Amino acid sequence: MTRPAPAPAEEVITVAMAGNPNVGKSTLFNAVTGMKQHTGNWPGKTVTGAEGRCRCHGKWYRLVDLPGTYSLMAHSAEEEVARDFLCFGAPQAVCVVCDATCLERNLCLLLQTLEITPQVGVCLNLMDEAEKRHLHIDLPRLEALTGVPVTGCAARRKDAPQKLCALLERITGGETSGEPIVLRYPEEIEHAIAPVWRVLRQKDCRGLSPRWLAMRLIEGEPGLTEALNRHLGEAFMRDAGLFAALAKAEATLAAGNITPEKWQDAIVTTLAGAAARLAAAVVTGDEKSYSAGDRRRDAVLTGRRWGYPIMLGLLAFIFWLTISGANLPSFLLAGALFRLQETLSGGLLGLGCPLWLHDALILGVYRVAAWVVSVMLPPMAIFFPLFTLLEDMGYLPRVAYNLDRPLKRCGACGKQALTICMGFGCNAAGVVGCRIIDSPRERLLAILTNSFVPCNGRFPTLVNLILIFFVGTAAGAERSLLSALMLTGLILLGVGVTFGVTRLLSRTVLRGVPSSFTLELPPYRRPQWGQVIVRSVFDRTLFVLGRAVTAAAPAGLLLWLLANVTVGGSSILAHCAGFLEPLGRLMGLDGVILLAFLLGLPANEIVVPIMLMSYLSQGVLQQPGSPAEMQGVFLANGWTPGTALCVMLFMLMHWPCATTLMTIRKETGSAKWTVLAAVLPTLCGITACIIVNGLYQLFV
Amino acid sequence: MEFLHLNDMTPGRTATVTELKTQGSMRRRLLDIGLVPGTPVECVGQSPGGDPKAYLIRGAAIAIRQEDAESVILRAGVDE
Repeated sequence: MTRPAPAPAEEVITVAMAGNPNVGKSTLFNAVTGMKQHTGNWPGKTVTGAEGRCRCHGKWYRLVDLPGTYSLMAHSAEEEVARDFLCFGAPQAVCVVCDATCLERNLCLLLQTLEITPQVGVCLNLMDEAEKRHLHIDLPRLEALTGVPVTGCAARRKDAPQKLCALLERITGGETSGEPIVLRYPEEIEHAIAPVWRVLRQKDCRGLSPRWLAMRLIEGEPGLTEALNRHLGEAFMRDAGLFAALAKAEATLAAGNITPEKWQDAIVTTLAGAAARLAAAVVTGDEKSYSAGDRRRDAVLTGRRWGYPIMLGLLAFIFWLTISGANLPSFLLAGALFRLQETLSGGLLGLGCPLWLHDALILGVYRVAAWVVSVMLPPMAIFFPLFTLLEDMGYLPRVAYNLDRPLKRCGACGKQALTICMGFGCNAAGVVGCRIIDSPRERLLAILTNSFVPCNGRFPTLVNLILIFFVGTAAGAERSLLSALMLTGLILLGVGVTFGVTRLLSRTVLRGVPSSFTLELPPYRRPQWGQVIVRSVFDRTLFVLGRAVTAAAPAGLLLWLLANVTVGGSSILAHCAGFLEPLGRLMGLDGVILLAFLLGLPANEIVVPIMLMSYLSQGVLQQPGSPAEMQGVFLANGWTPGTALCVMLFMLMHWPCATTLMTIRKETGSAKWTVLAAVLPTLCGITACIIVNGLYQLFV
Repeated sequence: MEFLHLNDMTPGRTATVTELKTQGSMRRRLLDIGLVPGTPVECVGQSPGGDPKAYLIRGAAIAIRQEDAESVILRAGVDE
């Protein structure tokens, strides 16, 4: 979609969007800017600020979506990003997005923002949820008490953009609703602030509030002081008057025996008290945002008896739907794509294209790409929406809550459960998602073990092998149920290994004690069906598929060359496979399979097509068509159920794909950890295959 | 007056924060999620393993691990 852009001469007003985690800030941001930034119903989704533009009533605004934070005291990376943008990013205004169902908690952030700048507006989101909970919020009263413009909206409703636009205009239009509220701290704190504040009011603080600046200078927190030095300049800070005032403040604090702890407590208590009084004054009705319904749901979904069984059941159910739903569309898609191939082929030859080029393009590039599309698209188009649905309803934080204890035992963070879940979709996405984990040690644990859960590129292969070798390829409800259960079992094995390796790492190279863990359990929300489908199909399915096809197309060409260029009577492909044969045999595989895994580094989806291509050794990928055809090829090449089992195990545990490895390199900033992330699963896979193969040879 | 630690609360129980017995980053984190002296807290549930537990703090349900909750001192009951 192309969007109009402001003409170079037009003024663009920068507005920061701040808010607590999980208040629907990103949804609102997307609705207004027309962007498709991904939102999720869990805290910490927006880790780096996104920005977009919108045009309201003839004016251009540049909106910056800040990470969700509870406070601006910069205790975490997100808070620092948010605070630094508010202080040094020179926004002309700030829009604080609040959750109407949980106002008190959100007002705390508003009050802190107001200390930094008076150019603030409040957008109460989730007014629809508040109505449902019979909460009434007196917006005019809130406006009068805070002295800043207030609007109420529901990001899901169509009128949300207009309401936000009207608010933006009010904040930036110079219209005031009175004096913005100023917090009064306890006397001893005010005494200390007063002299510094007085000096700063006479100086040019470059957009920073003198009162806020006075408090931060008194605190003298090293990180912020350095940033302030840069912003205000050395001369500003070296002012003798300021120096004297700060010394006086320090003396006042020392005389009153105000330790940094007491100072901080007094500030936080004042903030919390003011927020509570404001909320009490404007909210009427049952104030529980965590409603009776949420309690009932959590009693079951996170309960001692049903918590784990329901989690497993949901996992198996999603796989069952994916498997049983993907068969027919897969078959139809394959038919259509291969009919298209004939048309393309005829067209190329008709244009006088040389035969070798035709073969390389059609039989190499096109066939591999078509294979990947027909095998991957249907399962992904079913799996991603289902998964997004769970995310949208607020179930994922409960998974983290349920799994925190086992993860803590492994020395890790409960939020790792969220990154594991994201890994089911795409390991690269899972690795990026690890940013929600605060402790660097725990984040590394999560990154290094993410590829132990099979991503969407891998489980169509697992499903096909299960169908061919263990369940049978005939259709039928009980067969798809059985294969879903087997797949669930395999994935539980992956999750089990994740836990084991995490534990091992936290006892060896990443030694340490689990850090603290706090996780908000947001209210359950009715999913937005339309958005779920659009978002999961366009943002996730097509994105992952696009990546797979881009990797598959050149790989198809390379394969075609390897299979068709002969050295000493046999193809290069055959030579390589022969070289890998002994290791392959030891692992219950063969040289061709191992080679396919190696060549499949760009994308795991192409591993099976490569195997088929090498087996048929005619240098051309066969039409995937039915699993029965694949079965024929595998059996003819000496596969046993033992081989299939080993292939599935190695599929579950080997080096991550190239995209994931590059993502790990970027996220960890270290080649060492990237190598470890590849070596760990590979070693596990080789060991598992050798053991299983040994047992299979002994007993079967 | 009866005092207790946050982690001693059982689901359904309510109490009021009186003191945080921890310093540094953990203290700030607890203050940030709203555990300020005078704040009423209700324990609303526990995960299947019994730890962490979920507490209703200033309108939001928040999961806190046992060893982190240990440093929060409360007195039984809520002022109304």
